Amino acid sequence: MSEAAVQAPKPATGDSAVHRELKFHILRYNPQEPGSVPRLQTYDLEEADGMTLFIALNEIKEKQDPSLQYDFVCRAGICGSCGMLINGRPTLACRTLTKNLDAEITLAPLPFFELIGDLSVNTGKWMRGMSERLAGWLHPKDPDRSIDRLEERMEPELADRIYELDRCIECGCCVAACGTARMRQDFVGAVGLNRVARFRIDPRDKRTDEDFYELIGDDQGVFGCMSLLACHDVCPKELPLATQIAFMRRKMVSIGWK
Amino acid sequence: MKIVYTDVLVIGGGLAGLRIAIGARRRGHDVIILSLVPPKRSHSAAAQGGMQASLGNVIKGQGDNEDVHFEDTVRGSDWGADQDVVRMFVNTAPKAVRELASWGLPWSRVQQGDRQVIINSQKVTITERAEAQGLVAQRDFGGTKKWRTCYVSDGTGHAMLQTMSDQAIGEKIPVHERAEAIALIHDAGRCYGAIVRNLVTGELSAYVAKATAIAAGGAGRLYRVTTNAVICEGIGAAIALETGVATLGNMEAIQFHPTGIFPAGILVTEGCRGDGGLLKDVDGHRFMPDYEPEKKELASRDVVSRRMEEHIAKGKGVQSRFGEHIWLDITLLGEKHIKHNLREVYDICHHFMGVDPVKDWIPVRPAQHYTMGGVRTNHTGESPTLKGLFAAGEAACWDMHGFNRLGGNSVAETVVAGMIVGEFIADFCDKPANDVNIPTGLVHEVLRAEQAKLDTLLGGKGTESGDALKQRMQEIMTAKVGIFRRGEDLKSAVEELEQLLLRSRNIGLRYKARGANPELVTAYRVQKMLKLALTVSYGAYTRTESRGAHFRQDFPRRNDAEWLKRTLATWRNPGDSMPTLNYEPLDVTKMELPPGWRGYGAKDYIDHPDTPQRAAEVEALKQKMAAAPRFDFQEALLPYKDKLPPRFRGRNERIDEMSPNEAAK
Repeated sequence: MSEAAVQAPKPATGDSAVHRELKFHILRYNPQEPGSVPRLQTYDLEEADGMTLFIALNEIKEKQDPSLQYDFVCRAGICGSCGMLINGRPTLACRTLTKNLDAEITLAPLPFFELIGDLSVNTGKWMRGMSERLAGWLHPKDPDRSIDRLEERMEPELADRIYELDRCIECGCCVAACGTARMRQDFVGAVGLNRVARFRIDPRDKRTDEDFYELIGDDQGVFGCMSLLACHDVCPKELPLATQIAFMRRKMVSIGWK
Repeated sequence: MKIVYTDVLVIGGGLAGLRIAIGARRRGHDVIILSLVPPKRSHSAAAQGGMQASLGNVIKGQGDNEDVHFEDTVRGSDWGADQDVVRMFVNTAPKAVRELASWGLPWSRVQQGDRQVIINSQKVTITERAEAQGLVAQRDFGGTKKWRTCYVSDGTGHAMLQTMSDQAIGEKIPVHERAEAIALIHDAGRCYGAIVRNLVTGELSAYVAKATAIAAGGAGRLYRVTTNAVICEGIGAAIALETGVATLGNMEAIQFHPTGIFPAGILVTEGCRGDGGLLKDVDGHRFMPDYEPEKKELASRDVVSRRMEEHIAKGKGVQSRFGEHIWLDITLLGEKHIKHNLREVYDICHHFMGVDPVKDWIPVRPAQHYTMGGVRTNHTGESPTLKGLFAAGEAACWDMHGFNRLGGNSVAETVVAGMIVGEFIADFCDKPANDVNIPTGLVHEVLRAEQAKLDTLLGGKGTESGDALKQRMQEIMTAKVGIFRRGEDLKSAVEELEQLLLRSRNIGLRYKARGANPELVTAYRVQKMLKLALTVSYGAYTRTESRGAHFRQDFPRRNDAEWLKRTLATWRNPGDSMPTLNYEPLDVTKMELPPGWRGYGAKDYIDHPDTPQRAAEVEALKQKMAAAPRFDFQEALLPYKDKLPPRFRGRNERIDEMSPNEAAK
């Protein structure tokens, strides 16, 4: 088993037996509760090996404060439910390990979105509205194609490019980090522009650049972006958002000049 | 009190629910979807690896067709599946892949020419055909004879859910998010909708519908160690059980996935092994070929999970401070493949464990993964005992999985069942006789009863903690109703779960808000989950044989003579502390594929008395029709086409089967 001896990873080294005392400062506010006012509440918690914010918040809720609201679904970084501000930066809480943070951790809900309570925000409602506004579904060239027949062919490389943009999990981090969105509630955000870019490169979609211009050729759309690039920096899926927006802007400008 | 009226109420916004909604909507019926979370966050998104459909585009899938997919699925089910339903499924699966392609799903595609793949830890060059260029590609998965699993990189479920959800938005189907069905409205054997709690405001409303469809997913959170999302608590199946009329089928059939990362239980896809990844023990030894020389790492999930646990029990597991595990080695696949085709796996290893799977091995151990059982339905998706109640996807026991589901057959089922059941629901709603005529007084009565239960929790003087009861239930299920089951463990599990259920009637809350209140949610859900846990554990205790994922160490053989039957659980009276079990026999004399050896796993089993005769009949027919087209032979063995909605009866084209389509009219 010499080969194995070379390949086998080091046995997990035990963390120091003494765990850190973490201090969580969590923004609390429940709009449903009369008299509730926004405030920071502090919780002490002993760190554990491999602790994520998913584990930490559940422990706080179960042992210290049953009223604490937050959203987790997959707890594996793939569903986009748990976007929040962690020490001021929007990201996914479920895959954030406490060992990568200082002992004092500040958690706040994503700004911009309607607050449900504490760390829970209504990204679902906003994303649905965005999809409706941008007609964010495929408008097929050939709607009557029989599903018994061989599927339409597509170059493998193009399928990969479409999937690359389809990897968006609508967590809302890009919008929460966006300077334009801070000023304009009606901005469609990087998530919206990425959706349009995705359908634009899909040859199965019948829409033209003129059609897309109608959707995003204004300040609520691609011309609202100030190129601050925060969306690109915070995207948990590392989508090429700024690149997509710059590309879409060039395309839309060329339509606008006509 | 608010009453909302609609034609179709769909409970659950994942793949199955969305596809039902689209089908019914396109047939002209009003639909409302209820979802605990925004639909794109549903657990369907977690299916990484792919969707089985016998397209046979890749060279390693050449020769695949409905017949091969049918046999693989029935063998995988250990003959627990309903073979009519499996036939309906395998014929519709290719259509589902093609429909999704036409809706914009970016399926990974075939590149013609040579490529290197890893098969049985060897680098092999295979050559894709020119005529397959650009068609949907397939990869290898466990328990299949051909490469059949269509995929989108390793985000198949995510991409499918995006596409499906976008279609539903395009159809203007309303989704009521953060809304939970907590009880079904039913009277005299007819279901009329559900009582629904708004999870933000706490308000209860009644949703009255001609047809109600439960597509709320599985019940993985009955277990402590599970790959399932936190919303997979089985509440959809539980409210069906609580009617006392609808039945749950085969709840003891629980699948454990071989590769949950250890100890968090987060899934890494079967695609890791399908693409050539290996399981290794403490010595770095690849042990699966020792147990399963034919299928090795790619036997069905129940078999691989058992072999891993068996190997750990022999002292060959890797010690860690959280317990023992096995290694999953995908380093041989290379950096490009891992970062491109298995990117989610790379991300998960990186973020949750600080492991780089390009260089390091991944610690894994089997974790609860799938609920084969669920709301028992007939082939139309309707409950045989509660009219107007339908179910589809993981929440249902439509029964194409029997006692073990093949990888890639779950997302396939969600969409296929959504297509088929959606049509049957539309048929149901088309009939004037199925118009709703329930008095509002009765609706109010049901709503008041549900409100009273919540009021008891909020205002009562209970002393039990919902969280504590839930944790204990999860411990019991993982420790005693897991991969290896023994009568005495199961008996003690049932006894303690029954005690927990009784105690759950005395839960008290620290936080008494009527609106958003996570503690209240845990309280009313754990009362329902304990009932489900009892159907699982009592069903497992009573079934004194081993079949598929249900493995009894004290009864290690499959026993067709006594147990070729489906468990049906009901909850007769709200005050009962135990489910009532009945059994529905499977008819060997009508099986297209009579029971036999699966081709992997244990070789000894006890035959059903009808098996030899049916096997002889099948063999004789095979001889007689040796020259006949495969469709004719199949039709002679198990006619099923008239059970499918007409629009899904057509023959599926393939590169190698380009005969003109003869859609049955």
